[in-house]
Amino acid sequence: MVQQASEINAADTVWMLVASSLVLLMTPALAFFYGGLVRAKNALNTMMMSVASLGVVGLVWALVGYSLAFGAGGEAIGGLQHLGLAGVDLQAKGTIPHLLFMTYQGTFAIITAALISGAVVERMRFGPYLAFIALWVLVVYAPTAHWVWGGGWLGRLGVLDYAGGTVVHVNAAAAAFVGALALRPRRDYGRQALLPHNVPYVLLGAALLWFGWFGFNAGSALAANSAATLAFVNTFLAPAAALVAWMVIDLARTGRATAVGAATGIVVGLVAVTPAAGFVSPLGAMAIGALAAPASYFAILWRTRTSLDDALDVVAAHGVGGATGAVLTGVFAQPAWGGASGLVAGNVGQVGLQLLGLIAVALYSGLMTFGLVRLVNAVAHVRSDVRGEAIGLDITQHGEEAYTRGEGAVLVMPTATASAAFAARGDAIMPPIAEARS
Amino acid sequence: MKLVVAIVRPERANEVLEALFTADVRGVTVSRVRGHGGEIERVETYRGTTVKMELQDKLRFEIGVSDHFVEPTVRAIMDAARTGDVGDGKIFVLPVERVYRIRTGETDEKAVTPGLPVSG
Repeated sequence: MVQQASEINAADTVWMLVASSLVLLMTPALAFFYGGLVRAKNALNTMMMSVASLGVVGLVWALVGYSLAFGAGGEAIGGLQHLGLAGVDLQAKGTIPHLLFMTYQGTFAIITAALISGAVVERMRFGPYLAFIALWVLVVYAPTAHWVWGGGWLGRLGVLDYAGGTVVHVNAAAAAFVGALALRPRRDYGRQALLPHNVPYVLLGAALLWFGWFGFNAGSALAANSAATLAFVNTFLAPAAALVAWMVIDLARTGRATAVGAATGIVVGLVAVTPAAGFVSPLGAMAIGALAAPASYFAILWRTRTSLDDALDVVAAHGVGGATGAVLTGVFAQPAWGGASGLVAGNVGQVGLQLLGLIAVALYSGLMTFGLVRLVNAVAHVRSDVRGEAIGLDITQHGEEAYTRGEGAVLVMPTATASAAFAARGDAIMPPIAEARS
Repeated sequence: MKLVVAIVRPERANEVLEALFTADVRGVTVSRVRGHGGEIERVETYRGTTVKMELQDKLRFEIGVSDHFVEPTVRAIMDAARTGDVGDGKIFVLPVERVYRIRTGETDEKAVTPGLPVSG
């Protein structure tokens, strides 16, 4: 304890404890954001795809993934020395306990895997989905996190990714693109309007994502210091700019600013500032938010005219938004604000480096995702059958409905004894249908 | 005149509407209903409570038509709503004593025959 006290900083530890819980909240927030955007019959399934990641990816990360991403290793992947949390203890890693660092990084892995689900909702079976995200975190997320943050080749080359524009958002979007292609479009896609069933949920989700994102970006300073403050402020300003830009485009195009658009604008601004948060000036962050909004806006308009059923526009929001942010980080990064020199500081090469980083991650993620979906599909069909898709995945995958009505629901008594007890009391355990209808 | 009442699966609603419009049937009333048509019971579980869902969501179409329109209306619904599984629904054709169109006061055949589309 005496040894640690000299290295572990109390303020940093407090902030990172808070930041970890903030980032963890982003995944249930995503559940609401995604859940509101789908049809009522798939609301629970869609939300469970995010919520399940808290458990599945959380465990996989602690037991194996953390070591692959942050264990000492080569350029491509970390070592195996931290398998099963070996050597991950209360000793200092930087200025915070090693276990806290592992947990903070785990919350990133959880949301990255959950983000992919937006592309495959309303048609992917739940069991194969769980297997897919568990494998994806090990095969795709852990190595790419290592490349940029764990001592791998992209970080060594000088690619700037403050909190994961490339590692988290471009990575998830590439997987989402391939996932949507591999799963093929929903049966109703392009035939009927597939409308959000609860827009207030979408707004609630976007608001909670913004709240959690302060932990995501400002926590990436790994300390309670001025760098964290800059990232925090940029996380406040970039989404504000993106939100305004989105509403202005909405107004200019249709004369009405939409709520789903506002929620999407906030998320796109958050995504775009993620790689830049600790490297650019507050004005730079505003510019990034304002520029990312039209890029994603028109990407969504274009996508809906294609046969790519990326149901909740993970590619347009996180891929286009993340890529715009990653490139603009190379433009607006300034040493005065903690970054390397970007284009505005006279370094043209940084933009090329940023492009290299996001192309490398997107290619690797896309190829590996294709292989993983094929692998999982060989064991168990990833795609729901036509009838299940028509009835809705809440009922077929979970045996529950999001919005139940009591009528017509007949209680099944848990045990014979209980039935007998009720029968003795003279209660009708199963009323006849005719009676239930009247 | 007849009243065609059809109980169909909600997920076939768009197909049925499309088929009706293709068959030149205008004037439809649709309501959400719940019912039981011999489907296999669905079991749902909420924590410790297990329930059999005896009632399924259905859509009820009500269409007033003149006699010679009954056949095409029924055929359109039948083709569009059928999946082949139990629970596809029913179509009832009922005699109608009197029909009034509220806007014009027209009665019977005239009331169920769509007029020329009037702008506004």
